[in-house]
Amino acid sequence: MTLERAIALVFILICLVYGYTAFVVMEASILPFERNLAFLPNVLPKWLSVIGVVVGLAVLIQSRGATEGEADPDGIDTGNLRQYNLGQTVLLLVLMVAYALLLRPVGFLTTTTLFIAGGAVILGERRYTLLVPVAVLAAFLIWYLVQEVLGIFLRPWPWFV
Amino acid sequence: MIEGILAGLSTAFSIQNLLMVVAGCLIGTFIGMLPGLGPMSIIAIMIPVAIQLGDPAAALILLAGVYYGAIFGGSTSSILINAPGVAGTVATAFDGYPMARQGQAGKALTVAAIGSFSGGTIGAILLMGFAPGLATVALLFHSAEYFALMVVGLAAIAAFAGSGQVAKALMMTVLGVMLATVGESALFNAPRFTFGVYDLQSGISFITLAMALFALPEALYLVLNPKRSERGGDGSSKIANLRITRDEAREIAPVIGRQSLQGFFIGVMPGAGATIASFLGYAVERNIAKGEDRAKFGKGSIKGLAAPETANNAACTGSFVPLLTLGIPGSGTTAILLGALIALNVAPGPRLMVDNPTIFWAVIISMYIGNVVLLILNLPLIPYIAKLLEIPRNYLIPFILFFTMMGSYIGQNNATELLLLTGMGFVATIMRMAGYPLAPMLIGFILGPLLEDNFARAMNLTDGIGFMWERPMTLALLVFAVVLIFLPSIRAGFARLKGDEAAQGD
Repeated sequence: MTLERAIALVFILICLVYGYTAFVVMEASILPFERNLAFLPNVLPKWLSVIGVVVGLAVLIQSRGATEGEADPDGIDTGNLRQYNLGQTVLLLVLMVAYALLLRPVGFLTTTTLFIAGGAVILGERRYTLLVPVAVLAAFLIWYLVQEVLGIFLRPWPWFV
Repeated sequence: MIEGILAGLSTAFSIQNLLMVVAGCLIGTFIGMLPGLGPMSIIAIMIPVAIQLGDPAAALILLAGVYYGAIFGGSTSSILINAPGVAGTVATAFDGYPMARQGQAGKALTVAAIGSFSGGTIGAILLMGFAPGLATVALLFHSAEYFALMVVGLAAIAAFAGSGQVAKALMMTVLGVMLATVGESALFNAPRFTFGVYDLQSGISFITLAMALFALPEALYLVLNPKRSERGGDGSSKIANLRITRDEAREIAPVIGRQSLQGFFIGVMPGAGATIASFLGYAVERNIAKGEDRAKFGKGSIKGLAAPETANNAACTGSFVPLLTLGIPGSGTTAILLGALIALNVAPGPRLMVDNPTIFWAVIISMYIGNVVLLILNLPLIPYIAKLLEIPRNYLIPFILFFTMMGSYIGQNNATELLLLTGMGFVATIMRMAGYPLAPMLIGFILGPLLEDNFARAMNLTDGIGFMWERPMTLALLVFAVVLIFLPSIRAGFARLKGDEAAQGD
């Protein structure tokens, strides 16, 4: 099965869950006096789930005749993913998740320095004497711009400071 | 109208707003050159800054400046390193990059700057002429027609996605509207579709979604495929000889004239926008050109460079027409602008000209200023601008990722947004690999709440869905939407039928 059709299938499943919520779960939570109203929270979702299933099926049927590999001319050949830097990509995504989880407790300056330095190391940078000052300077500059100039609060230090 | 223009003039020429134009153009140009940050992501990054300004006119002027700057900046990286930072400048690379490789990088950038300037200025003149008229017509619209108009807009976005892509674009649009129903809304007293997750109660922020759909997949593509950011051939870094000759000027003048008009009208259509305008502009000019001229297309033709550059800037201006007069964004970028306007308590639509004439005209007048500023900034700065591209990839990508995350974090001050961003960005990358267009999803997401509001109002007024066939204009618009969706497949069917007949005739 091509990636295109797999996505269409997942989309149909999402529509079914969404539709179930709209038709059954939300229907049950409507209060008696609301029943006569013309418009209820689940009116649009009901339409959407039905249209979504129809469109999803259309994509499934249409893509059957399409040839593979023509999806994105300047992009990625999904048939042969091993030729790309999958490892780096996954590591960067992990780094982003780590950043999201650590940003609040550890503070902006430390996490940002680590993120930029870590990202560069993952991509193959080995000149640490250049890397560390760049990351520290960038983190501080951005923090200064955002908090001091624009006035948007960013907790700079870890929670215990 | 004259009073409005005068009020707009005085607003646009205030020191603060002039600074906004200059700042916007500068920021847009510099960030737009970085592959991976298109106008959509740059505007998304700038939204918290714009909202901090508090003044809607200044904010919109800043964001519009960023928009033009980004489109021009994107053409810079297309020409110099064949790495279009923006989808709208992909066509620029067709002839711009060959020119740069032939040692004419300076000339190519000059042509791009002149094309952008003319396209933008002619577009602004047309906008001045068309917007008020369209706004008058739009005042006749009621919530039922608005609902139908939103449906037409969403259908048009899908229909213009290109052959074989309509169903996929439609699917993305529906997904976008579905995402928009998550969380609390103004209409109802309880959150929907949060599945018990507390952080989803306020819904998904559109900045996060915009970043996840555009900036993040592009950055991940750069990581996956290092060839995308590689610098090609020699001579591309030398930027001497900025001048164009008189003959060349004569050659590109008609191209610029035609493409300004064509680009503008394509930009006005919902769903088309700068990308389609630039591709169509390139294709049309290539078909018009004869003999030798035509053979040069793709190998460094000056016409082939001027056409998409003019068309995409004219289309950028054109896409402000439906945004300012109907409140319908014609492209992903204007969809983000719409979000920013709503956050600033301005409701774009037919009432904008009546309620806030100053904002309306200040924005249009700032477009002229923006174009002049771009030209003045860019011509002398071209050699320096190119230096930014020499940032090594190892530093560039972490910074792009970091700015993406900042864009969504600063707006909400909520670290959960970052997790959402990473997750949705990952999914969006996979969808992009499979050839799903992502812009319709964002447009669906932004139009979703507006669609539901008008749907609800119309339903309440007529006590049911009767309004769909009782009001002739609503019915006509809805039929039009259906036709738009099915037109590509009907035409393909006819073509196939014709092909069969021809085959039988042989």
